[in-house]
Amino acid sequence: MKKLLTGNEAIARGAYEAGVRFASAYPGTPSTEILENIALYKDDILAEWATNEKVALEAVIGASFAGARAITAMKHVGLNVAADPLFTNSYTGVNGGLVLVSGDEPGTHSSQNEQDNRNYARFAKIPMFEPSDSQEAKDMIKDAFEISEKYDSPVLFRITTRLCHSKSIVECFDRKDIEIKEYIKDLKKYMPVPVHSSIMRVKVEERLNKLEEFSNNTPLNYMELNDSKIGVVSSGCCFRFAKEVFGKNASYLKLGFTNPLPKSMMSEFAAKVDKIYVIEENDPIIENELKILGIECFGKNTFPYNGELTSDVIRKSVYGKGNETIEYDESKVIPRPPMLCAGCPHRGFFYEIGKRKNTVISGDIGCYSLGFAEPYNAMDWSVCMGASISIGHGAQQVFNMKKDNETRIVSVLGDSTFFHTGINSLLDVVYNGGKSINVILDNRITGMTGHQDNPGTGYTLQGMKTEFVNIEALVKACGVKNVRVVNPNDLKAVKDTIDWAYNLDEVSVIITRWPCVLKKFSKEDKEEFKDVFKDKCFVNHDKCIGCTKCLTAGCPAISFDKIMKKSSIDSNTCVGCGVCMQVCPVKAIAKEAK
Amino acid sequence: MTKNIMLVGVGGQGTILASKLLITGLMEAGYDVKMSEIHGMSQRGGAVSSQVRYGDDIQSPVIEIGGADILVSFEKMEALRWLKYLKPEGKIVVNDYEIGSMPILSGKVDYPTGVIEELRSKANTTVVDATKQAIMLGNPKVMNVILLGTLIKAMGLEKLNWAKIIKDNIKPKFVELNLKAIQVGMNLA
Repeated sequence: MKKLLTGNEAIARGAYEAGVRFASAYPGTPSTEILENIALYKDDILAEWATNEKVALEAVIGASFAGARAITAMKHVGLNVAADPLFTNSYTGVNGGLVLVSGDEPGTHSSQNEQDNRNYARFAKIPMFEPSDSQEAKDMIKDAFEISEKYDSPVLFRITTRLCHSKSIVECFDRKDIEIKEYIKDLKKYMPVPVHSSIMRVKVEERLNKLEEFSNNTPLNYMELNDSKIGVVSSGCCFRFAKEVFGKNASYLKLGFTNPLPKSMMSEFAAKVDKIYVIEENDPIIENELKILGIECFGKNTFPYNGELTSDVIRKSVYGKGNETIEYDESKVIPRPPMLCAGCPHRGFFYEIGKRKNTVISGDIGCYSLGFAEPYNAMDWSVCMGASISIGHGAQQVFNMKKDNETRIVSVLGDSTFFHTGINSLLDVVYNGGKSINVILDNRITGMTGHQDNPGTGYTLQGMKTEFVNIEALVKACGVKNVRVVNPNDLKAVKDTIDWAYNLDEVSVIITRWPCVLKKFSKEDKEEFKDVFKDKCFVNHDKCIGCTKCLTAGCPAISFDKIMKKSSIDSNTCVGCGVCMQVCPVKAIAKEAK
Repeated sequence: MTKNIMLVGVGGQGTILASKLLITGLMEAGYDVKMSEIHGMSQRGGAVSSQVRYGDDIQSPVIEIGGADILVSFEKMEALRWLKYLKPEGKIVVNDYEIGSMPILSGKVDYPTGVIEELRSKANTTVVDATKQAIMLGNPKVMNVILLGTLIKAMGLEKLNWAKIIKDNIKPKFVELNLKAIQVGMNLA
């Protein structure tokens, strides 16, 4: 059966066909849809959202030890979080096959950095696969499980945004039933105390040698010999981009299994062609290996380090010019940055906090990162998931060392990010007597990645009803005495709560509790937030004085007519959150009668 | 033979559904097809693009700068944003509809004037009032399928069984509306 699948959908299909029994992940662009699609195979695979990537990988390691084929998927920076279990899982190896999918982001479409996770395969000394389209992604998942079990190692399955979010035609097959293996207690394998791990360490090197032999002989790595003047060595989507440019005018060494690299095959290929281009995004990993082998090649001296090496980029790098294009008046194009949605519950908080003086706002990763932008200008920094509270703590400690310091740190993160790694940070603040103000923007869902359930929503990935984690109780249990919950759309309440926190000389937590406007409401949401988002606001033009204060709410539903000197609200976009009504100084905005 | 179609607009306008219907039709017609879209933060009203490539053997899922045969824009200014992707002899299908971005909504700059004129002076341009037509059909959201209809006609793909594709891919209660919308779009080409 043929289907048009994205790379993410194809990986999910591959996991299904490969007999996977357990999957766990934390959402992150570009990999989120892998677990969402695996979750659809409810009868065959137990799929879970984990609280973070480290937890996800650990759960998957447990599933593997217990004997099942298991898979996890994460965005590239997620693997930094999961690196700790990965490096020792390389020593213990697996029982049921284990595959870790890493979604890298050349071009940083939706991430804070552009790290090349192929380095992790070398670093952890584990086998790596790199598919170049959806068909390969699906097929290679099955190969990856075979290799994992045969060589007793976790496998890194490295993909990029372009593969994740591109569709191509895939031939699908039935699921292969793989029995759950017996678990046999084996301390020399599973218990890496020094006396064991020093022996495991040697086995890891022996495994790499065997894997290199495999790499030289597997059809996953192959030569396509055409014209011998140009030879292209490439892997992943780059191979497709290169073929688009060179077609039959070049020969190719196409690498699908890329750690360890097939050194003899690389030397053999080099002898057949006159000039080698290594086309790989980000780091020069294949290039350096060729150079160690003494093979001359063109790599990062020709192609950029950063961004995607799409066919137009390759063309320009090799031939010095791209396609002919249309010249036009680019001044007519106004930027269109992402913005908080109409009705976004983060708006009221950022509107109020943005007005505070002597305030440094420590940000985090989520939709609320947009608080940095106009018109709020309400964020100073962000680094990684869950870091707002701990970075804020360190900063507050140092500001407090300064003479006559009045700077207050306000650390801001979302509910899912708090569950991810924010809890440890808050414990750190309490334990060390920190005095920062910490705000959990609880929009009742994991928002930015497209509405995934989390421990606060009361439901699991596969729709099972579960415990609601009470954030207020959790924060109190961490030792925070000053905790308040506030409706972020009530600007007076938000202002008063911020005042309260600023007047304290000890750590506080503010929880803004209101659902994301795009969330599909659960039964409980419908009860708690009755008739929310069903109103519309409008501007009474007789009352509007044209002061444009409402525009400082930064709502996409509000616009200002410069000729009429009046604001208007687009009723198709407005959901009646009422923030603008409270911002307007002359009460010109009201809710439409129902 | 390879054809490259770029569908662009603003997050939430339905470019992805239109692309999905298009590639389903192309696959059923026996073409090799690849489609690429970049999303992530685009749900928050950012600029979005879907790229569709079809032919005998498609390698890259990405259209090159100066490589698109046709640019379908769901919003006026977005057509200009992506115009560098169009081949000099390529065609434009544009929805005559404005959506302000943050700098415009906040009153810092005005929405540019003369966008359609600029497009017309640069390439073969079909202007469609798809949003108005969609409202006339009773639902502004089917603007995307109206534009799909216009695109299909412009590409000479109207012979494919679009009725079946719509029935297979759209919720039953919206099928009737979308069948009308695709026809309206074809008639506007």
